[in-house]
Amino acid sequence: MTPSSGDTAWVLTSAALVLLMTPGLALFYGGMVRAKSVLNMMMMSFGALGLISVLWVLYGYTLAFGNDVGGGLLGNLDFAGLSGLLAADPLGGVEGEAAGIPPMAFVGFQAVFAIITVALISGAIADRARFGSWLVFAGVWATLVYFPVAHWVFAFDGYTAEVGGWIANDLKALDFAGGTAVHINAGAAGLALALVLGKRVGFGKEPIRPHNLTLVMIGAGLLWFGWFGFNAGSALGAGNTASVAWINTLVATAAASLAWTATEKVRDGHATSLGAASGVVAGLVAITPACSAVNPVGAILVGIVAGALCALAVGLKYRFGYDDSLDVVGVHLVGGVVGTVLIGILGTSNAPAGVDGLLYGGGVDQLWRQAVAAAAVGVFSFVMAFVIGTVIQKTIGFRVDEETEVTGVDLATHAESAYELGSVSGTGYRPSVTATTRERVEA
Amino acid sequence: MKLVTAVIKPFKLDDVKNALESFGVHGITVTEASGYGRQRGHTEVYRGAEYTVDLVPKVRIEVLVGDDDSEDVIEVIVKSAQTGRIGDGKVWSVPVETVVRVRTGDRGADAL
Repeated sequence: MTPSSGDTAWVLTSAALVLLMTPGLALFYGGMVRAKSVLNMMMMSFGALGLISVLWVLYGYTLAFGNDVGGGLLGNLDFAGLSGLLAADPLGGVEGEAAGIPPMAFVGFQAVFAIITVALISGAIADRARFGSWLVFAGVWATLVYFPVAHWVFAFDGYTAEVGGWIANDLKALDFAGGTAVHINAGAAGLALALVLGKRVGFGKEPIRPHNLTLVMIGAGLLWFGWFGFNAGSALGAGNTASVAWINTLVATAAASLAWTATEKVRDGHATSLGAASGVVAGLVAITPACSAVNPVGAILVGIVAGALCALAVGLKYRFGYDDSLDVVGVHLVGGVVGTVLIGILGTSNAPAGVDGLLYGGGVDQLWRQAVAAAAVGVFSFVMAFVIGTVIQKTIGFRVDEETEVTGVDLATHAESAYELGSVSGTGYRPSVTATTRERVEA
Repeated sequence: MKLVTAVIKPFKLDDVKNALESFGVHGITVTEASGYGRQRGHTEVYRGAEYTVDLVPKVRIEVLVGDDDSEDVIEVIVKSAQTGRIGDGKVWSVPVETVVRVRTGDRGADAL
């Protein structure tokens, strides 16, 4: 069978768009930390790009999308090393008529989801993580948490294999592009790691200000751009479902950015650029599970609720005293729960992949399914991340020592500093730096 | 000889520079500085968390002048840097023992 060239082109393009989200996230996160730890922050994203891509090809894809081993919990090892997929039949088109896409396109599209989910967690442990320990955590968490949860949520019966995961097929909770598997999953893991590593030196006492808000805004822009691939690409075909998801992704995000800045204006007196960028991400997170289950007006409501609620939720860390440095909990966990649960209220069967929710006469049937999916993924990820993080902290150590943290984790961990800025004259002269060469070159 | 030092608001730097040039001062040294006086700092809000920023950006100007000129130079700086609002800064002078022009080795008033 020949795959649909249009669908294949769209899914491959979407996969590249989603890949760009991780460097975008590195900018978004990097701008929010202090200048002395921006490289470490960005390297945690780039480390995930390297490590998770390799794991995905070796065994991640098969654990998520191999035939179910029992109970909808995990895939088998049929596709280890992507065996058997080089010239396989196309996967069925979601839109019905078309012959769908080659399995390799689906492998690539899902690979970049795994990468960004792991990278998202790093925002909770800014300024204080050892890079090697982060990579160990990333690999173990992806193996024990992300790959199984992707199976639960994204593996539909009969698509890549005969039997898929329990949330998609038995519970029948709707999660179009990863409100549970990506955002609640990463948010809950972020909360666990913030607790394991503890508060940064000076948290809540000294000002820990973002060092470059222009990077944050560029990062938010790249995330939004890439997210069209994330959501509209999840239709796995170039048709009406993708188009509806695209529009909902536009308008929910716009509404959330407005809602976040409006909340700030009322509460703090100023609409901030960080608030506008954060609102964008909160809206994207919330519309992710819902983008094919609500109509565009419903999407605006999802955005408003997510923007306002997340703007309030980011303050919780000061009240409860956990240092979720870049608000992975306040934005991704809260935003993911908002989007996942609102499907049970605002979902409509008129939307391409929607079921009638509470407001459309569907009662609470879909609502409880959504709540169970959100809770199951959140609790599983939190407990697992807490255990993995604690074991790493107790054995090889997860957090840098206090002196390193105060002088800056970049220099100690990567032997680099991000910026070489001159003073008034712009000469860039640093008296403390002298040039040496490691290797002698014989003329 | 005297060293006149002024810490002023950054946006007044051009006015002070021009005023000193008109008065006949041949050279000044400018550095970016930060600090606070009675003005104190300001507050910034990031994701709802309010921070008080104590240190405010300032510009520090240093001028070497002859003993007779120091009062006039101070007067010129004060006039050109003044906005009348809190945070305008300070000007002071201290006696200087020796000045040498590096290029020629000239000493004292000849080096100014």
